[in-house]
Amino acid sequence: MSLLFKNAKQLVVQIDDFINTVEQGILVFKEGVLNYLNNDKDLFANKITTIDRLEATADKLQRQIDDEFYRHSLLPQSINDIESMLDRMDELIDISKDNLYQFELEIPYFPNSIREDYIRLTNTSVESALCVVPAVRTYFREPIKVRDMLSKVYFYEKETDKISRSIKRKVFHEMHDLDLAQKIHLRYFALHIETISDKAEGLADVLSIMALKLNV
Amino acid sequence: MITLLFLSSGLFLGWSLGANDAANIFGTAVGTRMVRFRTAALLGSVFVIIGAVVQGAGASHTLGELGKVSSLAAAFTVALAAALTVFWMTRLSLPVSTSQAIVGAIIGWNFYTDNPTDIAVLTKIVSTWVSGPILGGMFAVLLFMLLQLATRKAKVHLLYKDALVRIGLLSIGAFGAYSLGANNIANVMGVFTDAIHFPEIQLGWVAISGKQQLFFIGGLAIAAGIITYSRHVMDTVGNTLMPLTPEAALVVVLSQALVLFIFSSQTLSNAVVSLGLPAIPLVPVSSSQVVIGSIIGIGLYKGGREIKLNILGSISLGWIATPIAAGILSFFMLFFVNNVFKQDVGSNIMKDLIKNEILTHSPTHPNVTEKPDITDTLELTNSTELLSPTKTETPEPYIYWVTGTLMLLMIITLVIIWFRFSKKKKIWLKEAQRFKEGHRIQIESLQKKLSERSAIQEDMDKELKFRQNEMTTMAMNIIHKNEFLNDLKKEIVTIKGKMKDPESRHNLNKLTLMISQNISIDRDREKFQLHVDEQNTRFLQLLSENFPAMTENEKRLATLLRLNLSSKEIASILNISPKSVEMNRYRLRKKLGVPGNVGLTEFIREL
Repeated sequence: MSLLFKNAKQLVVQIDDFINTVEQGILVFKEGVLNYLNNDKDLFANKITTIDRLEATADKLQRQIDDEFYRHSLLPQSINDIESMLDRMDELIDISKDNLYQFELEIPYFPNSIREDYIRLTNTSVESALCVVPAVRTYFREPIKVRDMLSKVYFYEKETDKISRSIKRKVFHEMHDLDLAQKIHLRYFALHIETISDKAEGLADVLSIMALKLNV
Repeated sequence: MITLLFLSSGLFLGWSLGANDAANIFGTAVGTRMVRFRTAALLGSVFVIIGAVVQGAGASHTLGELGKVSSLAAAFTVALAAALTVFWMTRLSLPVSTSQAIVGAIIGWNFYTDNPTDIAVLTKIVSTWVSGPILGGMFAVLLFMLLQLATRKAKVHLLYKDALVRIGLLSIGAFGAYSLGANNIANVMGVFTDAIHFPEIQLGWVAISGKQQLFFIGGLAIAAGIITYSRHVMDTVGNTLMPLTPEAALVVVLSQALVLFIFSSQTLSNAVVSLGLPAIPLVPVSSSQVVIGSIIGIGLYKGGREIKLNILGSISLGWIATPIAAGILSFFMLFFVNNVFKQDVGSNIMKDLIKNEILTHSPTHPNVTEKPDITDTLELTNSTELLSPTKTETPEPYIYWVTGTLMLLMIITLVIIWFRFSKKKKIWLKEAQRFKEGHRIQIESLQKKLSERSAIQEDMDKELKFRQNEMTTMAMNIIHKNEFLNDLKKEIVTIKGKMKDPESRHNLNKLTLMISQNISIDRDREKFQLHVDEQNTRFLQLLSENFPAMTENEKRLATLLRLNLSSKEIASILNISPKSVEMNRYRLRKKLGVPGNVGLTEFIREL
């Protein structure tokens, strides 16, 4: 009897740790991009190291959670959904890390006139991801409230799309002094940042169905 | 040993009860992998036995009131009739319950032995069959609401909830098994209680009565059914009525356990009486029907979209069909056992004979109210009642009504069953016939098509081989001619280098130009291309349909590859460099989506 609760308690701690790690990873991504845009190279390098560590921790935790779930056949009815949700969460931190590395490797050039737009894009995209994280936490305790919490995710995702489109329009229509290669490069980075909110939206969709299943 | 032999029918009934009804308690828990089968079977078996021994007497007593089956052979026959009814109706996919089967079999015995059936007891029993599922449904709705409320208020983490549900499934499952044993042991061993008398055993401060020993044996049979066969039933029955979550299963099992407990607890009944309320009838109820009632209750509470309401009709049919079928079978089997094996089945015919004999030998006036002592002659527990002239000579008029109604119901039910079964059988036969016929026609047509296709394929293969040879020959001719012209051109260039005369050099230049023009604008090649296109019309059409993005040059390359020509040969035909052919091949490969482990030529030839 106590073993059942012991297993559950251990797993609850691991899941909470995993969610925290992903949340931190997203925040580190945001700070990293802002550091890059503000030309704080040392801080940016520091963020790369941090997100690398966080991503590795998230992977390790996810594997442990998987093992625990299957070893003790916990929540057999919802295990597949939960696994898929954790996969999507892990994808969030993976994408964040990959994107930050893209900045480090490709060293994109951001003209001053567009930096503010990219800062806004990063903030909105990350906000979308940050809104989905509490919904994941709530899924485990109060699934009935999850759907209400997801409306913010969809709102920020749409905002991100709008900002991204306006950036692309500005780059290709107004910034005539840039080469086509530079324009394409800037477009790619808008896309990279946008991916975070897209992934958050995907996770929100999954979460919404999962919550509905639990409440039926 | 003889006792055990006669007990075998009851044990078989117990085994089938364990095999079928354990699924009601642990089915969803095991099916959803919340509880391991081994744990469920062990827990179920132990608690079924405890329930049977501790609390089995109440419901068994009511069955005894319905008919005191006093002889061992009669008890064996009645239990066997019930068991066979359960078996037969299960085979016919008709709804069945051991509780209803045993009641029907006892009534059959009553009819055969001319014993009156106590209508009050029968009404009491039948009313619980109806009230059991309804009560189950009500409990289920109430418990489900409470569970939902508790879950929302408590905000427990899903994993803690999972642990709690597991513990609940185990503990409530144990309670369910206890109640099943307490209530349904009467079905298994109830008919034997008046026929078999074991001496009391004293185990320290605990005394185990003969009845309890009998119930222990019955409990063991139920446990054997749970351990050996319930897994199979759990796997096959599954969620036939409505898919259940572990939480809903918890509620269903608890409401079923409560209903079964209520209808078997003497203490509870006494407590109700002490409050001035009518006593709770202690009657064996069908656990499956209570479960169905509970599931329907939850289904209705959730909006009733998922439940299959036609199952209600099946339950109602089961209430009438099972006891009637068991009653008829019991009647005929008793007749057989009584007349063929000459076994005492507690028949009044025998008792009448004894009574007559006693009365004949009586020296005084044959006053029937003065009861002779016949206990030394034959041990008959109900002899007093049977010899009573009020019961045997002048039956109450309502008996005729009841008998008539029962007969009518019996006929109606038999007709319904017959129609239902014959309809099903007809549908099955029709479907089987249709399937067989369809299958035969399909096989024949496929065989015919196959032979036609084989013949066409053979002709086409021959034609294709011939055409391919023709095209290959043409291609080879072009290749050889081009090679010859190229060699000639090289030779002329060499000769030109050695010549000093400007006129001769000019003529040689003209000659080189002519050769080059001939190579590039080659009529043979054009003719060949036309020929290739003509021969590959279907292939080109296939390419256009399946790969609309292919350019004309890529299609041409594909047709040449189909001829199994090498890149060098294709380069010569198309008058391009082999490197360009290689690049074109690479692009074609990408466009056709050829997997890495498959050759491009093989892929095209397979098309």
